[in-house]
Amino acid sequence: MEFWVTQAFNGISYGALLFLLAGGLSLIFGMMRIVNMTHGSYYLLGGYVGLTVIWRTGSFVLAILAGALAIALIGVCEWNAFLKRLSGQELGQVLTTMGFALIFQDLALIIWGGDPYTIPVPSVLSGAYQIGDLYFPVYRIFIIAVAAGVALVLWLVLEQTRVGAMMRATVDDPEMARGVGINVHGISMVVFALGAFLAAVAGVVAGGFVGVYPGADFEILPYAFVVVIVGGMGSLKGALIGSLMVGLLDNFGKALFPELSYFTLFAPMAAILAVRPTGLYGRA
Amino acid sequence: MRPALFSGQRVVVAIIFFLLLISPPFLSSFLLTLLTQALIYAILAMSLDIILGYTGLASLGHAAYFGLGAYSVGILATRYGAGFWVTLPAGVLLAVAVAAIFGLVALRSIGVYFLMITLALGMVVWGLAHRWVTMTQGDNGISAIPRPDLGLPWSLAHSIPFYYFALAGFLISFWILLVIVRSPFGRSLVGIRESESRMRTLGYHVWLHKYIGFVIAGGFAGFAGVLWAYYNGFVSPTDLQLATSVEVLLMVALGGRGTLLGPALGATIIVFLKNLVSVYTHRWLLILGAVYIATIVYAPEGVVGAVIQWARRTRTGPLRSEA
Repeated sequence: MEFWVTQAFNGISYGALLFLLAGGLSLIFGMMRIVNMTHGSYYLLGGYVGLTVIWRTGSFVLAILAGALAIALIGVCEWNAFLKRLSGQELGQVLTTMGFALIFQDLALIIWGGDPYTIPVPSVLSGAYQIGDLYFPVYRIFIIAVAAGVALVLWLVLEQTRVGAMMRATVDDPEMARGVGINVHGISMVVFALGAFLAAVAGVVAGGFVGVYPGADFEILPYAFVVVIVGGMGSLKGALIGSLMVGLLDNFGKALFPELSYFTLFAPMAAILAVRPTGLYGRA
Repeated sequence: MRPALFSGQRVVVAIIFFLLLISPPFLSSFLLTLLTQALIYAILAMSLDIILGYTGLASLGHAAYFGLGAYSVGILATRYGAGFWVTLPAGVLLAVAVAAIFGLVALRSIGVYFLMITLALGMVVWGLAHRWVTMTQGDNGISAIPRPDLGLPWSLAHSIPFYYFALAGFLISFWILLVIVRSPFGRSLVGIRESESRMRTLGYHVWLHKYIGFVIAGGFAGFAGVLWAYYNGFVSPTDLQLATSVEVLLMVALGGRGTLLGPALGATIIVFLKNLVSVYTHRWLLILGAVYIATIVYAPEGVVGAVIQWARRTRTGPLRSEA
């Protein structure tokens, strides 16, 4: 029992982290159909920028904000200069963004070196709650709370505001959206920035529990992609459910079948796609 | 018969093959190993060209079949002492079988969805290589794979005989793939790339064509993997990771999609670039990244594609160049 509760809790908190990373990616996919291999780099660079800020200022909140804003800026520049011209060219997108991912990887190595770091978390967030024999680290609860907050805000914006309606219209049919006078270009830029922003938030937050280290970008990227394709591109609900599924499968797989752990994660995903090629909540 | 792409095309190809045949005595052993490596990656890139260049399907999991071939050799040769004539069919058949299963899943989709599904499927195989430690030795990889003994008077442990061994593998693959792409089946693949709906209307079984193409590509990738395991003497999860799949895409795009020899050239360029640049600087990832971006910005049709366009322009005159 203890085992199941602990693993489920760990799975949900990892799923929450994945949601931060993949929620924005899903909107980018849904809206622009851009395959962005740089998304993992946003996560990694966000973590590194956050690390530097926290070393200089000691403020965790400032680290998250500075990391996220810096990466959002990088993302917008990359999108403006390269990606927006490559719409509909999947191969071009994959190769261009892969090029950026390699360059960012090497730049991070030059600037921050090859040692793994952990972002120091404020004392409020350290420690654990104890219920019976079970311990729940405060930091993991914090991650779940952040993800829940982000999900709620995104949902409110998408469903309740004018901008959200424009975004949904652009996901459904970009040409018609443009036809009725929606600024598809502007909306796309905002969504791309948002995706990079959230990925960097995930990077800083993850720095507090899995750390920041070279290779984290390509380690987490497949997870983000799998969340998006299983949930369905452009669907917030899909990203949420996909994140929880991947987080739980990953944790239980590693705990129960360590030798087959990635297989137990990716094989069920492939099976879902075999039945529903556009994902659980995606539309073709 | 397809008309030559530009006059003297066959002469150029013949000269290249002739140079490949006579070059070993003139090359340093370092350059010869690089050329051997390039030949093996060329087979992998040509196999991907069948689905990417000729059929128009970009796969993000092609390294999986390469890895299946390589791991078949690694496991069979080091554990059971199996020889080349066992590992070769085992590796190729395993890759074909897995491609046959994955194809059923992946070919239900196109475009971005196809990319993503092939990625997830590739990760399934990578995950096994990475974590199934009792079988694959995990991240440590399988080392000390002996070179094959074909009963020839020359030992393949030496670099020159092994170069000819790899060259033979490359020429056989190139010839078979060339026959395939020039066959009515191959022409149908191009038709599907250009307009799937038209081919369907004309009564072609589009899905079956794609499926067969997908499986053929997987089989040749497996063959390349078999050669790679013997060349390298070592296989590890990096051989089939996502970055490797993307690198093969780059080789095809850089050389020129749908030209077969273009991807082989692209593979050669990337292999030499990676190895030569890393001799001079630790910053080769920056350069490789720049090559990725520059390929798409400056040579979206690849090197061979650019040459073909240039040749057509000079042949038809500048006024008709936009056609």
